[in-house]
Amino acid sequence: MSELLLETRGLQKRFGGLVATDSVSLAIRRGECHAVIGPNGAGKTTLIGQLSGVLAPDAGCVLFAGRDVTDCSAHRRAMLGFARSFQITSILGSFTVVDNVALAVQAVSGSSFRFWHAVNTETELAEKALEILHRVGLEGLAQRTARDLSHGEHRQLELALALATRPQLMLLDEPMAGMGPDESERMLSLIAGLKGSHTIVLVEHDMDVVFRLADRISVLVAGRIIATGSGEEIRANAEVRNAYLGDDASGEGMP
Amino acid sequence: MQALRRHAWLIAFMALGLAFPKLAAVAGQEYYVSFVSRVLIWALLASSLNLLVGMGGMVSLGHAAFFGLGAYVVGIIGLDAPQWSGALVAWPLAMAVSALAALLIGVISLRTRGVYFIMITLAFAQMLFYVFVSLKAYGGDDGMSLARRSTLPGLNMANDTVFYYVVLALLGACLHALGRLRDSRFGRVLRGIKDNEARMESLGYATFRFKLAAFVIAGTVAGLAGALMANQNSFVSPNMLHWDQSGTTLVMIILGGLGSLWGGLAGAAVYLVLEEVLTAFTRHWQIALGLILLGVVFHAPQGIAGLFARKKP
Repeated sequence: MSELLLETRGLQKRFGGLVATDSVSLAIRRGECHAVIGPNGAGKTTLIGQLSGVLAPDAGCVLFAGRDVTDCSAHRRAMLGFARSFQITSILGSFTVVDNVALAVQAVSGSSFRFWHAVNTETELAEKALEILHRVGLEGLAQRTARDLSHGEHRQLELALALATRPQLMLLDEPMAGMGPDESERMLSLIAGLKGSHTIVLVEHDMDVVFRLADRISVLVAGRIIATGSGEEIRANAEVRNAYLGDDASGEGMP
Repeated sequence: MQALRRHAWLIAFMALGLAFPKLAAVAGQEYYVSFVSRVLIWALLASSLNLLVGMGGMVSLGHAAFFGLGAYVVGIIGLDAPQWSGALVAWPLAMAVSALAALLIGVISLRTRGVYFIMITLAFAQMLFYVFVSLKAYGGDDGMSLARRSTLPGLNMANDTVFYYVVLALLGACLHALGRLRDSRFGRVLRGIKDNEARMESLGYATFRFKLAAFVIAGTVAGLAGALMANQNSFVSPNMLHWDQSGTTLVMIILGGLGSLWGGLAGAAVYLVLEEVLTAFTRHWQIALGLILLGVVFHAPQGIAGLFARKKP
């Protein structure tokens, strides 16, 4: 129906005297990859927190497919089709890799208030989990305990968990944080493969990544969106250059 | 595979349990039948707490409240409504009362976490403790004696061996059910919440509801244990709700193995046998207990049951 999948209007969050997000209005189109960039402390993770429902905004609202979800908790939003990956890896460390993903699959396949039937006999949960692990390239590590994986593999598992709930909207908070160049390249092509079939809000530091993946970019500075547009438009925007890249930015660090 | 192993252990345990009174009779040690009944009831209580702490990561220091409530239901029925003192009425009622109390206490206390959760469960239990201390009609802080044990049709419950078998059957059934629960969808979600609650929320699990359900189930089983203990001792007192008892139960599952199906049983057995043996030598037997607990915490964090668990490949 609506062309917009996610919309925020005047979103605001204060922590004491600090205004972390200041009347942020975003419009995310269905199927686009929308990057949110900004310097450290600009309020990017706070914004993701408000989008995913972990943080309640002080003012403003969040609309999902035209419906007001401002008062929906994180788990309600997950059920509506939100998925999130965390900037700091958040997985079930004591579970096997496949059980991590199976638990995500389980969340969207019927009630989990089942007390008697053994869950490991529900082969379709594990099968779907393996399918997703295959997609992110972790199928060979399915039986390993999740906490024993490397950092890069944790990031892949993080993405697998987000994918497994069959989301409409993926909120990816620096999916490549701390990755080496090879791993980053892999993750980049993984996310590129999700474009079109998923609507993605991508928070990322790496400008190269952002300009390669994003259809549109919003620039967040000190809690405010100062510009939204295509990569071209953002690169050409004088205000962005000033506020975000510094006065002397002559395109350095920008492709 | 997992289920087969669990069944094998359960069958072995039940066989040993069934044979025990006969062995005790042969050895001329019938006294120990009653002692083992006590161990099994504590095992039931500890297993229910292990569902909360070991599986769900909710460290409650007020679990004895549900134990004591179950006991008082049996005691009060025996005094005020002896026509209902059949086990088939009194025990389910004890469980229902404990379940309701767990629901009310859980709804409030599960809004907190960590140390606050410990404190608020402790506070609720102590409140109930003082309620029963002040109930002079039911003996106040002296407690009350039961005129006789709850009756079961066709069984002479006054006989300690018969009562022992009833306790054994109920513990076996509960362990079986808890084992199924652990391996179910619900159990997996609960273990997931213990591991990383924020992640479970973001996957779409309403973690509060799962924790509340676990809290109520644990309270219900504790209520049954309380009803059994009232019958075992033919006596009920506010001390059953005291936080001492909650602490003892917590020590049992740490000894026995947090999160292990057998942790409650192993911990209760070791604790009570130690108490039985060491009190013959010294009143200060808990010094020895403390040393053993230290050893377990540092060298066998999976507890006694963990020593028998197969290592993962």
